[in-house]
Amino acid sequence: MNWLSKSSAVFLMVVSLAAVFAPWVAPYSYETQNTLNTLAAPSFDHWMGADRLGRDLFSRLIYGARVSLFIGVSTTLLALLIGTVYGAISGYVGGKTDNVMMRFVDVVFALPDLLMIILVTVMMGRGVAGVFIALTLVSWVTVARLVRGEVLRIKEYTYVEAARALGAGHSRVLLREILPNILGLMVVTLTFRVPVAILAESTLSFIGLGIAPPFSSWGTLANEGWKAIKFYPHLILYPSLAIFLTILSFNFLGEGLRDYLDPKSRTRFGQRTG
Amino acid sequence: MVIFFLKRVLHGVPVLIVVATLTFIIMRLVPGGPFDEEKKLPPEILANIQAKYHLDKPIAVQYLFYMKQLAQGDMGPSYKYIGRDVTDILADTFPVSITLGLLALLVVVGLGIPAGVWSAYRQNSAADRICVFLATLGISVPSFVFGTVLVWMISHKLHWLPPALWEGPRYMILPALALGAPFAGYIARLTRSAVLEVLASDYIRTARAKGLNESVVLLKHALKNSIYPIVSVIGPLTAGLVTGSFVIEFIFSIPGMGGFFITAVTNRDYPLIMGVTLVYAVLIVLANIVVDMVYMWLDPRVRV
Repeated sequence: MNWLSKSSAVFLMVVSLAAVFAPWVAPYSYETQNTLNTLAAPSFDHWMGADRLGRDLFSRLIYGARVSLFIGVSTTLLALLIGTVYGAISGYVGGKTDNVMMRFVDVVFALPDLLMIILVTVMMGRGVAGVFIALTLVSWVTVARLVRGEVLRIKEYTYVEAARALGAGHSRVLLREILPNILGLMVVTLTFRVPVAILAESTLSFIGLGIAPPFSSWGTLANEGWKAIKFYPHLILYPSLAIFLTILSFNFLGEGLRDYLDPKSRTRFGQRTG
Repeated sequence: MVIFFLKRVLHGVPVLIVVATLTFIIMRLVPGGPFDEEKKLPPEILANIQAKYHLDKPIAVQYLFYMKQLAQGDMGPSYKYIGRDVTDILADTFPVSITLGLLALLVVVGLGIPAGVWSAYRQNSAADRICVFLATLGISVPSFVFGTVLVWMISHKLHWLPPALWEGPRYMILPALALGAPFAGYIARLTRSAVLEVLASDYIRTARAKGLNESVVLLKHALKNSIYPIVSVIGPLTAGLVTGSFVIEFIFSIPGMGGFFITAVTNRDYPLIMGVTLVYAVLIVLANIVVDMVYMWLDPRVRV
């Protein structure tokens, strides 16, 4: 992997560790208000300044990483699980079943996804649970399509045929012969889908329909900062930067992993493409 | 071609019905109704209002009533904007949203494709690396972050362009850029890899060997064959632009459909939620049909 992917991995590791050990890493509590510091500019005591209620922004950002990363990673994992099972069955069984299952995927694709996410989130009461369910509902279909395509291709390979001829059952063929071959694809998909989920969550929270205070994701913090952008730009700068750098790192890491796991995409006609 | 179009439109109808039904169900699962207010309404008045909007009937009856109404092109009255029909509100806000969307699409195609072609042509040069890097940045910047940066820099600091509202061409530049830029990055990278692949093929070498000049080779021969993957992602991309316009409308206080949707959801204004969702769904379905037709027109092999 190239240095960009490696440093991205390091960055993500640091952010995740900070999120997990937030109470030890954050210099202040995320809810301690100090009216002396209201809207303080960044300083030595408060690296990123303080918000409207005098809360330390750096600490809130670290706690916000918990929410943002948790939602990003957990929804993607669940979507990956649902999508893989669905897509694998659809592709493996084929025929009419495949047709029906894929028509359903088409319909979910035709839904305006952000609208659905908003509806479901509001329905579930603007908490972590609501955002989690809403994001999973719209994102599993992408995985299902990808996995189905791969399974369709792989199941025709001679070695799968050989396994079948040797008397392997369907579940064995799927789990032991086909699944290992799509693991690479799944890892890459995971890396590319996490930033999409983080983006969707932060967008939702930014327009004030996602995670509600006092819990705050990076999107919630950006929303609070947006209200004061003209005179206190630092309040929106740091949350935005956190979102941006995280998404960027996931993308770089994903590209690195893809090239690493798939030698074909690394060199095509002797050149790097993509 | 005409038959294909009609066929696709017919295929789109069931999709729209499913979208309408799903939205209807999700909407009604939302706790709270349109007339729950801080100050409780007297029960008789509430009952009267609910009877007026048929909210006192069983959900299934309401659903059938709505769908029948919808089939006749009537989306019912808005619950919150008293005296206005949903179709009225949409007629006011749709042109705004579609203008924003089309301008953003222009940004996507106008920036993304040339950058990608240039980048592929100058592969591994400094210009190429900068293009790829900028494109990756573009993909990773959430449009609301880019939008706020634009507002802060161009409007608040430099005072070049207005930070909000929608009152003429000057007001459209920043929103269109903010909405289009991330997608432009995506298109640029896609164009680059498609063009790279084509540039390595034999017929390009032949074209060069014939002594054709580089711009003809690049634009006429190479781009023509690398346009397919680009065209095929324009469909999903339009869907992304359409739903992405929400945030942009929020940031720039643009009186489009997105803003109305957000207030409609918070107000439980059922007919308006339904109306906006359906218009977006129609747009997405139509965009995909148009893209398929362009694809067919470009590549005779997929014609049936």
